[in-house]
Amino acid sequence: MDEAPAASLPNGSDGQRTRWKYLDNILNRLGPFTDPDWEHGEAAIEGLSRAKILVIGAGGLGCEILKSLALSGFQDIHVIDMDTIDVSNLNRQFLFRQADVGKYKAEVAANFVEKRVKGAKITPYCGKIQDKDEEYYMQFAIIVCGLDSIEARRWINATLVGMVDEQNPDSMKPLIDGGTEGFKGQARVIFPTMTSCIECQLDMHAPRAAVPLCTLATIPRQPQHCIEWAHIIAWEEERKDITLDNDDPEHITWLYQKALKRAQEFNIPGVTYSMTQGVVKNIIPAIASTNAIVAASCCNEAFKLATNTNPFLGFPETDNYMMYTGDESIYTYTFQHMKKSDCPVCGDDSIARPLQIDSNFTLQEFLDSLAERPESQLKKPTIRTEEKSLYYQFPPDLRQQTQPNLSKKIYELVENGEEVAITDPAFPLQFKYKLIFKD
Amino acid sequence: MADLPPPVQGPTAKEKKYDRQLRLWGPTGQRALEESHILLVNSGPGVVGIETLKNLVLPGVGYFTIQDSAVVSEADLGVNFFLEERHLGGSRAEHTCNLLKELNPDVQGDFITEPVESFLAKPDSLKPYTLVIVAAPIRPELLAKISAYASANSVQLFYIHSVGFYSHFSIHLPPSFPIVDTHPDPETTTDLRLLKPWAELIMFAEEKTKSLDTMASDDHGHVPYVCLLLHYLEVWKKDHDGQQPRTYKEKTEFRDMVKKAARTDNPEGGEENYDEAVAAVLKSLNPPEPSGAVKELFKDPECLLLKDDASSFWIIAHAVSLFYTKYGVLPLPGSVPDMKARSSDYIQLQNVYKSKARKDLAEVLDSVRFLERNINRSTPIEEKDVEAFCKNAAHIKLVRGRPFQVVQAGETLKWGDTAKSLAQNLTFQDSLIPLYIAFLAFDEFTAMHDKDALGGTPRAPGETNPEVDTEKMTGIAFKIMDDLIKEAGTFIEDPDYSEAKTWVGEYVQELVRAGGAELHNIATLTGGLVSQEVIKVMTEQYVPVDNTCIFDGVKSKTGVFRV
Ligand SMILES: [Zn+2]
Repeated sequence: MDEAPAASLPNGSDGQRTRWKYLDNILNRLGPFTDPDWEHGEAAIEGLSRAKILVIGAGGLGCEILKSLALSGFQDIHVIDMDTIDVSNLNRQFLFRQADVGKYKAEVAANFVEKRVKGAKITPYCGKIQDKDEEYYMQFAIIVCGLDSIEARRWINATLVGMVDEQNPDSMKPLIDGGTEGFKGQARVIFPTMTSCIECQLDMHAPRAAVPLCTLATIPRQPQHCIEWAHIIAWEEERKDITLDNDDPEHITWLYQKALKRAQEFNIPGVTYSMTQGVVKNIIPAIASTNAIVAASCCNEAFKLATNTNPFLGFPETDNYMMYTGDESIYTYTFQHMKKSDCPVCGDDSIARPLQIDSNFTLQEFLDSLAERPESQLKKPTIRTEEKSLYYQFPPDLRQQTQPNLSKKIYELVENGEEVAITDPAFPLQFKYKLIFKD
Repeated sequence: MADLPPPVQGPTAKEKKYDRQLRLWGPTGQRALEESHILLVNSGPGVVGIETLKNLVLPGVGYFTIQDSAVVSEADLGVNFFLEERHLGGSRAEHTCNLLKELNPDVQGDFITEPVESFLAKPDSLKPYTLVIVAAPIRPELLAKISAYASANSVQLFYIHSVGFYSHFSIHLPPSFPIVDTHPDPETTTDLRLLKPWAELIMFAEEKTKSLDTMASDDHGHVPYVCLLLHYLEVWKKDHDGQQPRTYKEKTEFRDMVKKAARTDNPEGGEENYDEAVAAVLKSLNPPEPSGAVKELFKDPECLLLKDDASSFWIIAHAVSLFYTKYGVLPLPGSVPDMKARSSDYIQLQNVYKSKARKDLAEVLDSVRFLERNINRSTPIEEKDVEAFCKNAAHIKLVRGRPFQVVQAGETLKWGDTAKSLAQNLTFQDSLIPLYIAFLAFDEFTAMHDKDALGGTPRAPGETNPEVDTEKMTGIAFKIMDDLIKEAGTFIEDPDYSEAKTWVGEYVQELVRAGGAELHNIATLTGGLVSQEVIKVMTEQYVPVDNTCIFDGVKSKTGVFRV
């Protein structure tokens, strides 16, 4: 019998798997919901120790995910994060200390967990997920995401869907994604091309509607309107040459004072420094408890998936999404989010997604609306029909050429029911929409 | 930059560190956290209690103490993130406490290595603590003792259990646990009183809608929708014998009337303020009725008949109920949602609502002072507490805390007033009550089995012989279930009864499979849930679980019910 697999696991100091005694109860025993043919015991233990797993994000969720994966018996863990540690992370990102402020999150987190959990190898990469190519992502068995950016989620989702090769079952990488906001959060499991994907679920995360510019410019009513005015209008007018740095206290103070003065002119109460920071940086409240809940739920699914110790979310035709709410008692809603056949990422390529629009809109207004629409959320769109280029962000000469179209009305540029293709530098794919005139 | 206001003091170091949580529970919640002292009673192999503490140390709880007499074993290193190899053979409480303290230098931590039996035997041993968390397993007589102490001293008690893919926790709160600051969804809190406007609001609306038909288009498009609705309600009443739209049908007719009145001969082809008015009709044209929970609060004996030592909550509640009896409405909260309007009009409208809210508050405050004199209260209630009550009056929650089930070996459980609803819900698809029953059976099993002949440590089912233990524990679970059905006075027919039995049996089997051990993920998740509830209870904000929560990590679902 080959003893090597067991020996490769972190052993107790007595040379046995005493450290993993509790975990092994589950790995060595069948349960009422396990497949009767499940290869438990050594095979499960070996599978777990060999599974290479990637964690995207080493922030509030990432810290928890790294710890929980290491203590679930995963031994080959990789982590990507481009951020450095800020003092406001310390209320929940428990792998970081005051002395670590300014250092790379991925590196500090990896070192910490490696030191605490003997036998776990954690490989950090301090940079962007976009730096890595398909070959890199292909090496992993599972990818767990703990991000606060929708854009990054959509990028990795599209990349993983694009990697699927029907001839090669290994090319399908399960994606487990967690997200939190205050007392709320979600954990979901995606099997690219088989289940509903992040893009299919995009409307579950509608962006906050922007305040119209004319309100900011002429009729502010809320303290937030005054802050946005300082942020978007006053800064441009008075400090155009300085790049606004959200983390520079002098910049925030300037915005705060501008906003406060404007608020006083209009008799609007309530502008504070903290609110200014919140509006400008789009701060989302975050606490340790919710991170623990959502991250652990993701790791629980990863563990079940890697070991088959119990049924996992995301198995086709079963639940794949857990929604969590903790402010009023505790409530979870676990359900199957259905795949959308017209999903621009995982749907049928030939189907263009219908999009209701006002044909009186100018092209500029339409493009602006794409940023806010829950189903598109595109910030830098380039758009063309089958015949003509409507607007190009790049290269500069094409941009100049198509610029005049921006002020034209939609009905002057396209027919009702015509298909357009939209690309955005943030995503490695093309979105196809069929424009339906509302009027 | 002479025209700018004087420079401000930026946020303090503490405000910076806690920024992301202060946006949820604010400085008062934070102060409450910092004034708490939590005791964790720990003995088994698990870390669910430690994971709970982690999420409380990070946001800055004042003080925590771990009672645990165990020494660090090899197996602890496979589950506990707050232990290292060099701690093997040392005190588990001490080393875990030290590594937890590293997370936040503002938090004090302490440990007790004395065995729980002798620790609890000492008089006043629980006195320093504001909240106690007990992680299973624990001998039932000890849990009963802590529970009795919690009842007698209004100390909050949590009992947690995490085994394999499952977990459960129960909260024992004082019999009257009110929450004023429930943080309801802002969507649900708007109370515009459009069907019960007061003189100043009517006057304001009349002024803003004077010569509405002949208004210049820019003015017309900036009339606040509150004024529009009040105006059109008057128009409607003229055609409907002075009656307001009441039924759904009338309201939709009214909505169409408002919709038709919008001007469309402009480049936008409509008016935003009219769109807002139309959208608000069904939501806002409701009589300002307090919720059933609030009406119930007013009928509570503690509210009706104030005792001499009544808490400030009940005094204010009584005063607000007097206001409600007199006017048929709660005091006005006074906030106005954002709406299309000129700045000055909007600020004026805000002030109309705010001054009415202040007037209502003054009246409630007068009653409070009167009641204080009546019961000879020495310290006056702070005005800000009365104000907070008036602002949130429609959303106030009162939790009636009670002791949870403590299983005693060989004794039949008594369910009391929860028996009926639990028995009824037992057979619902997705009900987690069968899992709760399996957990109770787990407790009874451990109460009856010792690890060794010394009678010290309880033995969990499945530690050594899962088949035998499954059979025993299934028998216990079936008896608990049958007793529950019997006490409820109901009868569950087949196939429902057999199905419920199957569920209970499967849960038992899965629990036994773990052999009393935790999976780290489930312990972390449960520690997250429990710490969240501890924060709610300590800050008296948001709404806590009443009183038992179950997590099923196989299906990834939670359930909450009252036992
Ligand atoms: Zn999709």
